[in-house]
Amino acid sequence: MNRWIDVCGVDDLQPDSGVCAQVAGHQVAMFHLPKLDAVYSLDNFDPIAQANVLSRGMVGDLGGEPMVASPMYKQHYNLKTGVCFEDASVRLTTYRLRIADHRVWLQVDEHGVPVAMPIATP
Amino acid sequence: MTRKQTLVVIGNGMVGQHFIASLMESTARDHFDVVTFCEESRPAYDRVHLSAYFTGKTAQDLSLVPDGFFESHGITLHLGDKAVEIDRVAKRVTSANGIVVDYDKLVLATGSYPFVPPVPGHDRPHCLVYRTLDDLDAIRASAQASRIGAVVGGGLLGLEAAKALRDLGLETHVVEFAPRLMTVQLDDGGGAMLKRKIEALGVKAHLNKNTSLIDDGASARHRMNFADGEHLETDLILFSAGIRPRDDIARASGLDVGPRGGIVIDNHCRTSDADIYAIGECALWNGQIFGLVAPGYTMARCVVAHLSDQEHAFTGADMSTKLKLMGVDVASIGDAQARAPGALIYTYQDGRAEVYKRLVVSADNQRLLGAVLVGDAADYGTLLQYCLNGIELPEQPEALILPATSESDQPIGLGADALPASATVCSCYSVSKGDICAAIADGCNTVPALKTTTKAGTGCGGCAALVKSVLDCELKKAGVEVNNDLCEHFPHTRQDLFNLIRIDGIKTFDALIEKHGRGLGCDVCKQAVGSMLASQWNDYILETAHIGLQDTNDTFLANMQKDGSYSVVPRVPGGEITPDGLIAIGQVAKKYGLYTKITGGQRVDLFGARVEQLPAIWGELIAAGFESGHAYGKALRTVKSCVGSTWCRYGVDDSVGLAIELENRYKGLRAPHKIKFAVSGCTRECAEAQGKDIGVIATEGGWNLYVCGNGGMKPRHADLFATSLDKATLIRYIDRVLMFYIRTADRLQRTSVWMDNLEGGLAYLKAVVIADKLGMADELERQMAHVVDTYQCEWKTTLEDDNKLKRFRHFVNSDQPDDHIVFVEERGQIRPASPQERKHFRLIEEVA
Repeated sequence: MNRWIDVCGVDDLQPDSGVCAQVAGHQVAMFHLPKLDAVYSLDNFDPIAQANVLSRGMVGDLGGEPMVASPMYKQHYNLKTGVCFEDASVRLTTYRLRIADHRVWLQVDEHGVPVAMPIATP
Repeated sequence: MTRKQTLVVIGNGMVGQHFIASLMESTARDHFDVVTFCEESRPAYDRVHLSAYFTGKTAQDLSLVPDGFFESHGITLHLGDKAVEIDRVAKRVTSANGIVVDYDKLVLATGSYPFVPPVPGHDRPHCLVYRTLDDLDAIRASAQASRIGAVVGGGLLGLEAAKALRDLGLETHVVEFAPRLMTVQLDDGGGAMLKRKIEALGVKAHLNKNTSLIDDGASARHRMNFADGEHLETDLILFSAGIRPRDDIARASGLDVGPRGGIVIDNHCRTSDADIYAIGECALWNGQIFGLVAPGYTMARCVVAHLSDQEHAFTGADMSTKLKLMGVDVASIGDAQARAPGALIYTYQDGRAEVYKRLVVSADNQRLLGAVLVGDAADYGTLLQYCLNGIELPEQPEALILPATSESDQPIGLGADALPASATVCSCYSVSKGDICAAIADGCNTVPALKTTTKAGTGCGGCAALVKSVLDCELKKAGVEVNNDLCEHFPHTRQDLFNLIRIDGIKTFDALIEKHGRGLGCDVCKQAVGSMLASQWNDYILETAHIGLQDTNDTFLANMQKDGSYSVVPRVPGGEITPDGLIAIGQVAKKYGLYTKITGGQRVDLFGARVEQLPAIWGELIAAGFESGHAYGKALRTVKSCVGSTWCRYGVDDSVGLAIELENRYKGLRAPHKIKFAVSGCTRECAEAQGKDIGVIATEGGWNLYVCGNGGMKPRHADLFATSLDKATLIRYIDRVLMFYIRTADRLQRTSVWMDNLEGGLAYLKAVVIADKLGMADELERQMAHVVDTYQCEWKTTLEDDNKLKRFRHFVNSDQPDDHIVFVEERGQIRPASPQERKHFRLIEEVA
């Protein structure tokens, strides 16, 4: 059964920037975009850079889609879908994240492993 | 199928090579087997830019022959073998090595040799000429054993040779027989201005000097005795008193030669033997030798056309030329000496900026016949087009050379639009405006694409600005909007945004995007705006409002490496460091297990720090007296220095002291890109200041300031900006240059590229900074003063704020480190593990 776990406080998030959480051995990058009143979560591992760095990327939008830019080689990933703007064959796993009671909650399965969001069909 | 004919080319210099390359691009190539003799040990190279050999270019860089060129075209090249005999009856060429080739057609491209006046003593050791790469090697070897050098000949080549001697660090003299420099190209006024300018650069010109004897000197190797009784002592003598055509082989085979040398050719470049052509500096057409490369190239193409049975006559060549001599722009167009009867002359001279311009106009004031430009040759392209195309002059031709007196009063340029399609834009490769327009219509819409397709601008480069304006003009006509917007979030250029930030007093990204942009922003505009806000207001860059504008390096005040770890660089101003300082850095590196390496900027880089270690590392460095080195920022990096007059036997001034002062003044300055300085204590230039954004060199007369140099991917030699400055003036000029750069450059544009794209170039920058043409010098200085006064060590500020330190951990919910960062040992230090090594460790972990 899927459930929500408390990862950190809202104050631990960086507005218009990212942080990384460790959940059941997984590195999950979490981004807070106050102007959209939204939080997003995806893999912290950048498959192109082969390093755990995406939480340190800059956020914003491209063509109206929220994105994070890898701090290593500057590829952009869609925060909603995980798809790389420069190479659509590269996709990061995205996770469900929400804010409630001034805490940040991540959806995990019965083993405590973050639940991957299904690939959005266009 | 008819038998292929054999075509022999004697000489593989610039013109010989251009001939072969043009032939290979023509239909005639299928009719000939090509054999070429090259006396030198290297195939064709760029003789025009020969002095670049002393400023870092290699023989390979100067080569004009693409790799595998001869092989792929099936051309037989006899390298290091000189053709010595032509038997015109048997139609046979014999070489010094005894190779014999029968020819059907023969092309002589033997070039010229430097004329050495028959002065007694001209053949003493360390008396050299300046023509080939081998000559340059000999000059370099001789210079190592010399202190003073003298060039005989103040013409175009002589001054190039003088530059080479100066680049080699010699005290340099130019000895000229005539009463002015560059007799052929300049008039008296232009020559006098040029003399002043090169003397300011430390090259002494001696005019009206006829050398009568060279013998032993008292204080130097040679003594040059002049006919007027004066003398000059020097260790090295370079003869550059003009060229003579190499016509010996033609003469010996009975071909017609001119009374003063040169192989006589007709309008098809044929000699007196219909199967033998001559091209380039060995050829005499209509009683004239052409000592420039462009006419030689034109002759080469004429021969290719003739061999292809096409009608294309050589009808003389334009001898206009534009060049940079020791950083001084000089140009000469057409009838520079005003020999045409009744010619009208317009002259403009600016004593302060040291600019001289002269127009020679037809008696009816309608057409431009010639021009001379010294100190500022920006008008060359426009004037050349007026002259070559006979375009009617404006009513007041002087407006073409007078400076604009106010901003609204722009100088009258000749728009690219005004040129006829037949106008030659690039005379090196004979590319017309029509050719360029056709390439643009075919989809070349950048200058590099045009260069590749048409070759325009790839010879001497003098037409580059014109090529760009033809492109801009055509794109505009085609309705292609040249979009210089910063990114999709801001419909403004960086320069516009900077002005908006400054004038509206905007302090945050959010305020700027709300007022002048759209959307959330992106990594492009956020970084650019973050940099501009820092340059203008100099707030702490990790303020909550600014933190999202910094890329990871600025956010964590360290440089991210390939595995996600960081490197740390403490500031070492001027590269001066105490033993205790070195020990402190060593102790920190040892304690945290960091890899250490000396950087190119004279400091120490510590690699392999994990993000959560950075505050502790900096706590210890700051306690030892260090500050942030801003190695992570688009900011001032280092001011490199040589040891200077304090210790060095040759030092002229205290380069270390000045370097420390400059580094402490400009540390923390944010800019469109990183900025590097260097200060050398004498002209030996051990600090390599001429390859830096800002370079300073000590001379007897004061500090010389160089700007906009660069190493890196595309090295650029810095431009000499001002000479013999006192320290206060030097700093004032640097303040102004840097702030003007910060305000007007594009994002991520180094000073070198900024200068290359700056309209008006060096002359314009001097006008803004030295002559204060825009009336903004005080404001630029005030802005710099604000940045200097509000400096803070970002690491010190960060360590004092627990809230900021919260970011320095890998996980928000755990104190563990990132297990992906794994090191192995190599040469006694750590390095990141390779993917294979990582896999190996994981297996071991899993087994355990």
